[in-house]
Amino acid sequence: ACMAALRGADEMRDRVVLGEFGVRNVHTTDFPGNYPGYDDAWDQRRFEEAFRVDVIREEGDSLEFDMVGIDAAIANAFRRILLAEVPTMAVEKVFVYNNTSIVQDEILAHRLGLIPIRADPRLFEYRNQGDQEGTEIDTLQFQLKIKCSRNPQAAKESSDPDELYCNHKVYSKHMTWVPLGNQTDLFPDADFRPVHDDILIALLRPGQEIDVLMHCVKGIGKDHAKFSPVATASYRLLPDITLLKPIEDEAAETLQKCFSPGVIEIQNIKGKKVARVANARLDTFSREVFRHEGLKNLVRLARVRNHYIFSVESTGILPPDVLVSEAIKILMGKCQRFLNELDSVPME
Amino acid sequence: IQADGTEGNCVTFVLHDEDHTLGNSLRYMVMKNPDVEFCGYCITHPSESKINFRIQTRGALPAVEPFRKGLNDLMAVCQHVLSTFERSMKEYRAQR
Repeated sequence: ACMAALRGADEMRDRVVLGEFGVRNVHTTDFPGNYPGYDDAWDQRRFEEAFRVDVIREEGDSLEFDMVGIDAAIANAFRRILLAEVPTMAVEKVFVYNNTSIVQDEILAHRLGLIPIRADPRLFEYRNQGDQEGTEIDTLQFQLKIKCSRNPQAAKESSDPDELYCNHKVYSKHMTWVPLGNQTDLFPDADFRPVHDDILIALLRPGQEIDVLMHCVKGIGKDHAKFSPVATASYRLLPDITLLKPIEDEAAETLQKCFSPGVIEIQNIKGKKVARVANARLDTFSREVFRHEGLKNLVRLARVRNHYIFSVESTGILPPDVLVSEAIKILMGKCQRFLNELDSVPME
Repeated sequence: IQADGTEGNCVTFVLHDEDHTLGNSLRYMVMKNPDVEFCGYCITHPSESKINFRIQTRGALPAVEPFRKGLNDLMAVCQHVLSTFERSMKEYRAQR
């Protein structure tokens, strides 16, 4: 069955409508005073009643969950914090003792910085500015010492580098943790190493060696992208497809092909094929419907304004649900900082 | 924070080390306050990380009040989101 379109004002408040050439009702307008008859002032209790979080899927490093009843400004704040302000540990300083490989020092240092390190950043402090040495509470030391040599047991005519040379591929598993000071006592069971063992850092040939010492510090994505804890964090709004008139037979078949598979299903009612919206969530909104003259005006494509489908994929340092919790705590920390400043500084 | 304005009800706060992340969400919370006549923020220059956050209130209410209320409301929202999220994660894991 088709649903009637919402009343004008409700539609403007709740839905972002996708027209053929543009998007309408983009901005949030439900502020007090805009709509007569609606009480839009902030009400914590009403917010708490309407708000919910549904976890859809959690697999390894990726998490998909819905947040319903929140506004774009706050959802975007969470996304921005996940990308740029949740701290992690990454290699910052590389002390090169010997590098006779073909990879230049700075390129090697850049590559080492981008490797994700499995170390819980909440156990460490930020390094003080101007501190060159690094203490045991803010630095992790790693060593990479590898030398390539010729394999004496290789066959005479083989040309396969895996057989001819040993240690010619430098992987991230060759990075070893060197405890500083009392770190062995502070972290007795800890196993600090890169998240993935098989990241190829450099290639060597016999006679070349790499001997570097690395210092990892705590940092945030705003400073350098290597500190970002997520592979990516994104959200989309829940799609909402309404059929304004009943669509039957051939038109129904065309309609089904216009959307992603599973969105429109065709039911057989009294011998006629009738289209019905089965699951609008799966749609990616390619707007194929607008290319068909006959179907253009029978469908309304919209998005529900306050229903966000978040997708967070972590690099492996922290599990994605921990990242989301940390992001929310960071936003609270920002507010608290300004509240404290307001209370301490007298305003004239 | 720096604030300036002639009377108490129109104030521009300069928030250092902040950007759209806090600016937009705080603007939303302050706009929801029916005493506020105008609220907006802008980033003065993209190379400097500070925002100008302006609040104008109706009547004689000092502008610091909606600012403080907005911050407190935003904290309450975050607290609720955090507890709801953790509860949902627990339920999801228990049910799997």
